[in-house]
Amino acid sequence: MTVKVLYFASLREALGRPAEELALPTGVATVGALRAHLAARGEGWQALGEGRNVRAAVNQRMAGADAAVASGDEVAFFPPVTGG
Amino acid sequence: MAQALPFVASVSVQEADFDVGGEIAALSEGRRDVGAIASFVGLVRDLNDGSGVSAMTLEHYPGMTEKALEEIVEQARQRWSLQGVRVIHRFGRLEPANRIVFVGVASPHRGEAFAACEFIMDYLKTRAPFWKREETPEGARWVDARESDDSAAARWQRGD
Repeated sequence: MTVKVLYFASLREALGRPAEELALPTGVATVGALRAHLAARGEGWQALGEGRNVRAAVNQRMAGADAAVASGDEVAFFPPVTGG
Repeated sequence: MAQALPFVASVSVQEADFDVGGEIAALSEGRRDVGAIASFVGLVRDLNDGSGVSAMTLEHYPGMTEKALEEIVEQARQRWSLQGVRVIHRFGRLEPANRIVFVGVASPHRGEAFAACEFIMDYLKTRAPFWKREETPEGARWVDARESDDSAAARWQRGD
């Protein structure tokens, strides 16, 4: 039961990594729950904390906090986009 | 009686520059049913939020970026009568005056071409996973998203 988690832009810098494989803890089944789980890691991880402007995607599609996360998914966290 | 030609869409995410004139010409190449082509070109400015910008690096999310752009084009196609759409977005390090993005739309009529071109840019600004990091005299900084971009995208959802 693992997911691939990707981080982009300022979030990738703040967290010091572009990606990781993560065993989904019991009870973590949504984007919001995964984000809260990661934010609770401590030092530096508050960048994912509540109140921070963080967007997410599941399997390369924009996803809200309620979106389901399942084994094998690719979940990405990133700041609001600034292309164009 | 002219035969209806298919809708042609193409999306590229690339480091290389692009030829604006060539891209515009290609939108009506080989067809006689196009009445209007609207295009937009976004460039790197040398000033942003009061600081000089000497260069910027565009990061993106390979895989998702292409899907997001294709989805935006498809939404535009469903909304307006379009014959062709071309979207090119660059990534990597760019300097002031360099081109960043091209959107070209072909349609029988100008109103639809203008509207679809603006819609695609507004949606791209808020939904395509690109991030800009600017180099300024005060150091490098990630560009913050603007609320005006969100409201520009939101106005297309009022159903008008």
